[in-house]
Formats: sequence, structure tokens, C-alpha cells
Amino acid sequence: MEYILIIISAVLVNNIVLTRFLGLCPCLGVSNRFSNAVGMCGAVIFVMTLATIVTYLVNTYILNPLHIGYLQTVAYILVIAALVQMVEIILKKVSRPLYQALGVFLPLITTNCTVLGVAILVIQKEYNLLESVVFAMANAIGFSMALILFSSIREQLDLADVPEGMRGTPITLVIAGLLSLAFMGFAGIVH
Amino acid sequence: MMSIERSRAISIWKNFTKGFLRENPVFVLVLGICPTLGVTTSAVNGLGMGLAATFVLVMSNMVVSLIKSLVPDDVRIPCFIVVIASFVTIVDLVMSAYTPALHAQLGLFLPLIVVNCIILGRAEAYASKNPVWLSVIDGLSMGLGFTFALTLLGGVRELLGSGAVFGHKFITGDGILVFILAPGAFIVLGYMIALVRLVNKTD
Repeated sequence: MEYILIIISAVLVNNIVLTRFLGLCPCLGVSNRFSNAVGMCGAVIFVMTLATIVTYLVNTYILNPLHIGYLQTVAYILVIAALVQMVEIILKKVSRPLYQALGVFLPLITTNCTVLGVAILVIQKEYNLLESVVFAMANAIGFSMALILFSSIREQLDLADVPEGMRGTPITLVIAGLLSLAFMGFAGIVH
Repeated sequence: MMSIERSRAISIWKNFTKGFLRENPVFVLVLGICPTLGVTTSAVNGLGMGLAATFVLVMSNMVVSLIKSLVPDDVRIPCFIVVIASFVTIVDLVMSAYTPALHAQLGLFLPLIVVNCIILGRAEAYASKNPVWLSVIDGLSMGLGFTFALTLLGGVRELLGSGAVFGHKFITGDGILVFILAPGAFIVLGYMIALVRLVNKTD
């Protein structure tokens, strides 16, 4: 039950993109085509789960015993950058088709603030390892949902007659606002 | 002789002012959107976040420019990130000691300055190719432009949402609450980018 609550909370109530404002750059960047969005989602789900596990272990077994918690930011970003690089190399060797599908999106993920954000949130919320994994996956799914919703709307938008000044980023942000407004309807389901 | 100095002064001035409207990181380049939307529930929060990012931007630009010839090309991005992360940690610790209330308000977005695209972007695109003092001016320009954008956005949202700016009430009664909440952030920024485009076009 507890895990289901974590999932509902992360996907619908506190959606990482629409209410926590994380990962907006990739959302605005790759959401113009549906196929790009799907590729990005796959890469994020994979990396976010893996990164959360590794940073959780780094925090519990290295930073805490040595009392160097203030190095959290430096340590995490290094771990994430190294991990993304490693995943890229391994994918290239092991699974060519998967690499071709996700490859171009992997370097973008290092600067995706959702990955670092979730890794820090997990520590702040004092989750255990299993809860952390569920939380990370649920957030990645929430991110994917927002991204796919976005890209589908933007593909339709190509056909609409938008005033010149509002084309591109401004109209996308207004759409994000309306989506966010819709997601506010879920508030209160769980804390 | 005089005119050379003068044109240099003008180009430095242009380098400094570009961050405000012409190349404003938020309104024109649309970088660093996450903290822009996340913390601007009030003008004070926007200002605090902007100044913290400015400090990191200036210092990291300076250090990156100093070490640019020592760093091998292949590992430059991790090196730059470590430099940035060190300054972010300094800001985080200083703010939690001296301004605990603001630190609590900014919360997660302070450590996330590390992955702010503006900072790594300027280190990579400008500081790693230019001399130290130009990089510092570039950092100041971009940082203050970011601060300007955040304070403006925070001010507008605070005014619409609660009828106040910097905590001073201008309009009596309740504001339109939605502008303080998440949807308001997206909608206000969307219209502001459209406005800045209009201004830049007429210039």
C-alpha cells in the first residue's frame, strides 16, 4: 500500500515536471516530435532508476560513515556523469539497437535536473533502498507522461494558427500551465 | 589612440549589457527554466536565487578561464562540473548559515544550480575560450540578467497572486491565487517571453 501511495503521489499529485518544475529543459527541447519524446523517456527511466540506486549506496556507505555529507552535491553529480558515460559505453557494446534508440539522448541526461533532483529528494525524504527505487521509477514515469502529453499536443499545434509573437516557447509554456492546472485536480488524493 | 580605447570601452559595455535583454538567459535563450519557475513565488525569492546563481556563475567563469589551458579536452566537462559544484556547495553552506529562511524557501533548487544549463553553458561556450577578465564580465552580465528575469517574474507573480511586491501590499483583498501556484509560473513566463520578443524586435 505504501508503495502504491508513493507511485500515485509521484506520478499524479506531485508530478515532477508540472508541479516540481524539474526537467523542463528536455521537456521543451525534445517535445516537438512524438518519436523523440518516447526515446528520451526510455533513457530517463533507465538512468534515473540506476542513478538513484548508486547515489543512495554512495550516500549510505561512503558519505555518511565518513561524515562528509557536505560533499553530497559534488559526489552525486560526478557519480551521475560517470554513470551516464558508462551506460552509453555498455549499451554500445551489448545492444546495438537499444543504443541507436537511446544513444543520442544519453548525454543530455547529465544536465537533466530530474536525475540529481530525485537523488537528493530520496535522501531528504529518508526513504530506504526499496522505497527509493520505487520513488525514482515513479518519478521517471511521471516525467515520461508529461513529456508524451506535451509532444502530442505540440504536434497538433503545428496545424493551429498561433499569433506570431507567441509561436514556439511562449505557447508551449502556456500549454504547460494549462496541463499543470489540470493536474492540480489530483491534489488531495494523497499527501 | 583615444578612439581605440573608446571603442574598447564600448565593446566591454556591450559585453556587460547583453545579458539584460538582447541575450537574456531566461527570456531569449530560454535556459535555466527550472529554477526560474520553481522559486519565483515572490520577488524576494527570485532575487535571492538570482544572486546565488550570479555568484556561482562569476566564480566558475573565472576559475574555468584560469584553468582552461591545463585541462585536457576530453575531460573538460567533468572538470568544469566539479568547479561549479564546489562553488554551489559554498553558496549552499553560506546561505544555510546566514539566511536560513531563504535557504529553506529555495530548498532543492540551491544544490540544483549545479545542473543549471546557463552556468555550464557559459563555462563551455565563453570562459573556456576567453581571457579571465572578459569571462568575469560575461558571468556578471549573464548572472545579473538572470537575476533581473527572476526578480521581475517573482514580482509579477507576487503582485497578481497576493497584491504585493517585496512584501509591500499594493492592492487590498486577496489576489488571484493561481499565479502563486505552479500553473501561474508557466503562464506568466510564456507571456513575458512573448513581450521581450516584441521589445527586442522594435529595438
